[in-house]
Amino acid sequence: MIEVRDLTKRYGRVLAVDQLSFTVEPGKVTGFLGPNGAGKSTTMRLMLGLDHPDSGTVTFDGARYRDLPQPLRTVGALLEAKAVHSGRSARNHLLFMAQTQGLPTRRVDEMLDLVGLRQVARKRAGGFSLGMGQRLGIAVAMLGDPQVLLLDEPVNGLDPEGVLWIRNLMKQLASEGRTIFVSSHLMNEMAVTADHLVVIGRGRLIANCSTEEFISRSTEKSVLVRSPEADRLAQLITAEGGTVARGARADSGPGGNGARPAPAGPADAKAEATTAPGASPDGAGLLTVTGMEAPRIGELAASASIVLHELTPQLGSLEEAFMELTADSSEFAAGQVSERSKR
Amino acid sequence: MTAGSPPAPPAPAAPAAEVPAAPGLPSARPGFGRLIQAEWTKIRSVRSTVWTLIIFVVVTVGFTALFTWLTEANWNGPHAAARDARVAGDPISFILGTGIGLGQLTICVLGALLITTEYSSGVIRASLLAVPRRLPMLAAKCIVFAALLIVIAEIIVFASFFVGSAIIHPHVQVSLSDPGVTRAVAGAGLYLTVLGLFALAIGALIRHTAAAIASVIGIVLVLPILSGLLPGSWGAHINGYLPEQAGSLITRTHAESGQVLSPWQGFGVFCAWTALLLIVAGYLLNRRDA
Repeated sequence: MIEVRDLTKRYGRVLAVDQLSFTVEPGKVTGFLGPNGAGKSTTMRLMLGLDHPDSGTVTFDGARYRDLPQPLRTVGALLEAKAVHSGRSARNHLLFMAQTQGLPTRRVDEMLDLVGLRQVARKRAGGFSLGMGQRLGIAVAMLGDPQVLLLDEPVNGLDPEGVLWIRNLMKQLASEGRTIFVSSHLMNEMAVTADHLVVIGRGRLIANCSTEEFISRSTEKSVLVRSPEADRLAQLITAEGGTVARGARADSGPGGNGARPAPAGPADAKAEATTAPGASPDGAGLLTVTGMEAPRIGELAASASIVLHELTPQLGSLEEAFMELTADSSEFAAGQVSERSKR
Repeated sequence: MTAGSPPAPPAPAAPAAEVPAAPGLPSARPGFGRLIQAEWTKIRSVRSTVWTLIIFVVVTVGFTALFTWLTEANWNGPHAAARDARVAGDPISFILGTGIGLGQLTICVLGALLITTEYSSGVIRASLLAVPRRLPMLAAKCIVFAALLIVIAEIIVFASFFVGSAIIHPHVQVSLSDPGVTRAVAGAGLYLTVLGLFALAIGALIRHTAAAIASVIGIVLVLPILSGLLPGSWGAHINGYLPEQAGSLITRTHAESGQVLSPWQGFGVFCAWTALLLIVAGYLLNRRDA
């Protein structure tokens, strides 16, 4: 188990990590999510003792990284930036790492086989492709058969086959009871990989919950209803405690592109925001209901003999939930911020 | 340039990767000897180390042979009287000075590169993940480098001496049994070894290859020239205590006028400079973010 307590790191005037606290449980893949510049890589460097925090502690099963007798036997790390001399072979890189831990040479060859680099093991690492470099990084991380793995953007630059390989590897390692902590700015990748999410923005904790919970909690579920008697239905729903908005909610909140089956980008949302309120011919019969489930709306309509043309639950994707949560904290959030400030 | 990119790696064994179980892996804190072993692997597995050492050997022995041969061939030549007298009066400085004076620059470069390339390539992060208490890593690096250097440097300085003294033999006879000669020749190897550590310390402090090499060369070559211009006895003292000036005294058999330190004192001063820089480098290595 990894425990991060009140971690703070300042680079000059920039507060890169701000009072960050969370724990990472074994047996799960925990995703570490945040937009670019949120402080993910800095946090990982702090966890591994490469950078010194201004305050706060990080412990692995109670011990600080620098106090581990054989650190690579406890924690394996794949950092985003490359850490291999371009003139040294993959095998020699693994070999010196193994020697520092007192690991036998056969372990080096096992790792080369694991990541499929055996045939290029004696070539200079400078000639490696991005994908081969990532494989070597995984080999280094797995060298000491560690119980804890810290992976910083492991699928960056990998082809689909490599992405699948890493994904399966992480799941398998987690199922063996290991602690997997993996950072990414790719929300959809985390949706299929991570069981649990730690979300940060501008160095601060935004969310720390299961992936499912994260989506449902941060994405307000809504139901799209289309009816020729929209006004009467709206009254009924409001009387039952639901909240009704006219037209599709295009300019606010999660599922902001709810009128469309496929999520659209912010630009589309913006365009719709200017046209939605009553402008489109069929917009009059369209309601967006929150705080009430679709079956209950259907029952209400049926009991009042109101005809429904459409009754569609709107499910938020992880991507939308993430955009919603980090909109205020993203470094490059100009679009979303101006959109919000209009309201 | 790399000789073509290596062939693409074979597809990983299976989508669901089998991680080899490692029940037999040792789980005790490895001793310092393991770090020595690892630093040796690092130093021998990079081609630039090997090439720099080859250049050191060729330059040192080659230039010793070239300069002594040129001098020997031109002995009693026109305008050579003053030089001939100087060589005859202090043959050791002549023999050791030429080749080692140039060869020492490759040692400066090698010492600085040894640590600055860890920063430029990012290997320092791998090194510090493996050895999070950073000082043993630096200590192991210094020990491995010093051990490598002292073996190679002693072989090379004795080889240079034998080559140079053999070439100049028709005019000047000098042997290891002459007073101070063995100390001077063996001392030249010691000087080069400590110089390597001195450069390593500067490299660890500055962390950027070009800046570190420029600094070391500046201290070794330029600073003595500047301080030599200082007037009076305090100028001589400042000059005498500079790292390179003090350290190279051990390679001489004849004291110069105004020399403020004995050969061994000078070497001691050089070692003290190097130790001081290594201590500061170690302190900063612990303090700074990697």
